[in-house]
Amino acid sequence: MGRWRARRSGVKRTAMANVLDIRRRIRSVKNTQQITKAMKMVSAARLRRAQERILSARPYANHMLAVLNSLVTRVKLNRDEETAGQLHPLLAERGDQKIELVIITGDRGLCGSFNSNILKEAQQFLGERKEKTLNLEVVGRKARDFFKRRSWKIHHEYVNIFSRLHYEHAKDIAHSVIEEYGQSELDAVYLLYNEFKSVIQQRIVVERLLPIARLEHSDEYTRIDYLYEQTPEVIFNDLLPKHVEVQIYRALLESAAAEQAARMTAMDAATNNAAEMIDTLTLNMNRARQASITKEIIEIVSGAAAL
Amino acid sequence: MLPEKIKLDIVTPDRPILSESVDEVQIPGKEGYLGVLPGHAPLISELTIGEISYRQGVHTSYLAVTWGFAEVLPDKVTILAERAEKAEEIDLQRALSSKARAEKRLAQVNDTDIDFQRAQLSLQRAVIRIQVAKHMGVGA
Repeated sequence: MGRWRARRSGVKRTAMANVLDIRRRIRSVKNTQQITKAMKMVSAARLRRAQERILSARPYANHMLAVLNSLVTRVKLNRDEETAGQLHPLLAERGDQKIELVIITGDRGLCGSFNSNILKEAQQFLGERKEKTLNLEVVGRKARDFFKRRSWKIHHEYVNIFSRLHYEHAKDIAHSVIEEYGQSELDAVYLLYNEFKSVIQQRIVVERLLPIARLEHSDEYTRIDYLYEQTPEVIFNDLLPKHVEVQIYRALLESAAAEQAARMTAMDAATNNAAEMIDTLTLNMNRARQASITKEIIEIVSGAAAL
Repeated sequence: MLPEKIKLDIVTPDRPILSESVDEVQIPGKEGYLGVLPGHAPLISELTIGEISYRQGVHTSYLAVTWGFAEVLPDKVTILAERAEKAEEIDLQRALSSKARAEKRLAQVNDTDIDFQRAQLSLQRAVIRIQVAKHMGVGA
């Protein structure tokens, strides 16, 4: 009798414990779900702001390009590349033996394949140019950690700028790039970043930042015969570095928006997965509870029958 | 026939600052201030740290700008500025304190230093800000 009772309570404990275990897991998944849901909401808000910033930065970039274009015809830049190089060092084609790569990633994880995709692309880019001299300039903690772990030499790093992204950041990066380029240590500078295509889509872009590719000139601007306060050459020389700044600023904004979009999508998926998991677990729990009740009834019935 | 008004657009990398129809604009060109009235010949000029003012009727408004350039067309003025602040947006206290700071630094470092140039620029910016903000005080 004593032994029987002991065994019975033992069986019951495991069944109950099972139910308790599942209940505990459900609770923990629910907590996680709440976090992912909150992160999704935060990302959505940030994404909206990032998109607005891209839009409000556009007029400046467009005007800048328009004025540059009108200058191009003025300065008669549109000749062969050699003379272009004499005109301004930022236009000089010098081959591509010494390359600098500016990689833009995010500072934080939990955003799906946003960071890993771009790092993969970066590795491939660097792998294809193994025999050349490569310089790295990294933006974002993820890229820095990644290349540090692989003991790359990082020339400059810009970490934690995305929480308060400002034009000054783009200016800093542009200055350091131009300075190194100007000392003719570099032949070309490439920019690697995620472009914001839509909320569910990011596109990885490799752009040559320097030397500045031949500027297109549109007919619309050639018609206007401007007076120049300074000579066109002077304005042109001052404008080119600004053009680089604007390019970098745009890339930073694009990347920031793409990161938020990627995080939002990832967190949305995580929230859905959690919901699914909770459903399955709840089902399991109910089954376990039902099983333990059935077992108990059988035990009582068979106990009564045995009497 | 000459246009009667100028459309003034001021944009910075962060955002468009202003888009208004005005009667007259003054801009801080690198070689001195330029006054622009409707019907001005097309012109491109670089700007320095300075003060933009524009007149609408009898009312004149002011902005402080740091580096930029302006494109002038007969009926349109577009100013691309690295930074532009309307008079009412300027924090006078902050400008005063940064002026004091810049002056102090100028007194300390010698004039070949890069810090000297930097301090000089920030002094210029502060002075312009104060000047622009003071207009606001007078107007109000």
